[in-house]
Amino acid sequence: MAKKKKKGTPVFLQGNEACVDAALTAGCRFFAGYPITPSSEIAEGCARKLPLLGGAFIQMEDEIGSIAAIIGGSLAGAKAMTATSGPGFSLMQENLGFAYIAEVPIVVVSVMRGGPSTGLPTRLSQSDVMQSRFGPHGDYTAIVITPSSVQEVYDLTIHAFNCAESLHTPVILLLDEMLGHMREKIYIPDVDDIKIETRKYPTIPPDFFKPFAVTPNMVSEFVAYGEGYRYNVTGLTHDEEGFPTANPNEIKKMLRKLRKKIHLHRKDIILYDEEFMDDALYAVVSYGSAARAAASAVRKARSKGVRVGLIKLKTIWPFPGYRIHQIAKQVRGILVAELNMGQLIREVDRYAMGRCKVTGSFRYDGRALEPDEIYENLTELRSIKRR
Amino acid sequence: MPRTRKKKKKPDFTESRFEIRLSGSGGQGLITAGVILAEAIAVGDGRNAAHTQSYGPEARGGRTRCDVIVSDGDIYFPEAVRLDLLLSLTQEAANAYTPLLKEKGLLIIDEDAVERKPDRDFIAAPFLKKTKEKIGTVVPANIVCLGFIAEYLGLVTKKSLEKSVLERFPEKFAKSNKAALKLGFELAKAASKRIKSFSIDEEICETEIDRT
Repeated sequence: MAKKKKKGTPVFLQGNEACVDAALTAGCRFFAGYPITPSSEIAEGCARKLPLLGGAFIQMEDEIGSIAAIIGGSLAGAKAMTATSGPGFSLMQENLGFAYIAEVPIVVVSVMRGGPSTGLPTRLSQSDVMQSRFGPHGDYTAIVITPSSVQEVYDLTIHAFNCAESLHTPVILLLDEMLGHMREKIYIPDVDDIKIETRKYPTIPPDFFKPFAVTPNMVSEFVAYGEGYRYNVTGLTHDEEGFPTANPNEIKKMLRKLRKKIHLHRKDIILYDEEFMDDALYAVVSYGSAARAAASAVRKARSKGVRVGLIKLKTIWPFPGYRIHQIAKQVRGILVAELNMGQLIREVDRYAMGRCKVTGSFRYDGRALEPDEIYENLTELRSIKRR
Repeated sequence: MPRTRKKKKKPDFTESRFEIRLSGSGGQGLITAGVILAEAIAVGDGRNAAHTQSYGPEARGGRTRCDVIVSDGDIYFPEAVRLDLLLSLTQEAANAYTPLLKEKGLLIIDEDAVERKPDRDFIAAPFLKKTKEKIGTVVPANIVCLGFIAEYLGLVTKKSLEKSVLERFPEKFAKSNKAALKLGFELAKAASKRIKSFSIDEEICETEIDRT
């Protein structure tokens, strides 16, 4: 998969444990949550470790309260996180929307399990791909990160905090049951080797401070409660001062800010790995734990002489559409492997723009996609004649 | 000048992997045993290991299992598909997972718990009975199994296994766990006299090196 990282201390960790350790390294000092399988280990780990670092852990009454609490914690100046799974993530959507418009940096970990509703608590699935992007109502742009190994859980949790803190926006870290519960050896990098972003604090006096100022890079300055800068935080569409507005120009300006903020920094946000793409005639696009089976299937095909490559998405939203379009021009067919009935394939298809065949390798029975299934679907894709 | 064609080295795409499944009933500590084994291999011996577990309604008394994949390269798919080694401490688990074994895979069963013996080569050892006899409780039977695997296959060095076992549990259990490991080694030595035909990828096991 990715380049081997030999730097650092080797430890044997579960995906959820790695998420906790990375969050603490990234500077997370406040966790409010409601334990839910398969994310409970994150809450357990935070409950055990946060107080030792001077942080705080609160077990809330439900997930609505959990996200409300971390929004408050973040506005008070702490890096904050919560963790949940599908049913809890559904409850969080309302306040998640609030965090988008109020530009509050938070990290929400959703360890996906089967759905809808209570679904399959102990089985894996990747069915919350669209929910993570379009869950709350309104026009906004989401950042959704999907690691596929325990090492990536560690690295990308830090990336999630960096995105949230530098862009003042919620970031969704989307794991799945297999990744949350599997254990692997990872290398924990030295603290000096890790880049950690912090919020941009104002340099101007309180009288001139505009909490939602539209700046060239679209990121305003952040002020924690109680620092002498008074401002209004509201879920209503607001102007640069933070007060509700019905002025069409102000509304447009604020909504464009939410979108452009992500768009301008997309090169820093979007991460993906490519393997064997140089001479590939076919490509497999995958993410999360399905990408592991895909990597194995691609190797099997390569060993049989099939020129196939792998694109493993570490960020699914914003979607690396430009690269997918380039690949669609290069290859004859793209296979999208995911653990649902086909969600991200729509986006791949949209960016392929008919340049190549796009088919899927799906599984949605609570079990993992096996390499052989993906290999078979790849063989089917290759047998489709060109129109 | 004659054109010399550079010989391209053909890249190797084969994955070397050794798939282990530890199975039994809920409460026998097999998932913990899997974690200890994988940790000893990955951190202690510096190779790669991945551990996954299946749980759910069936974990309460019914079947429980965990998979450990061992490799010297990267591990992609973390669940076992075709087993190289299956350890079963109950009849139900043995019945369910034996068909997944490779033709030359190794099946280790508990002599007493698995009454109806499978229709293939296997190694039977009295894990539960001997643990109860020698240590006084069946609780460390999972550690006995680990000792057995370490001695029989040389998949993991005894040193890192012991370190991993002792680190996992509170210190008051150190004595009984050491005894359990020793019992596992003894059982394996006794069992190897009745060795059946099975073959294991030697490269993965490094039997020679690890037996020292």
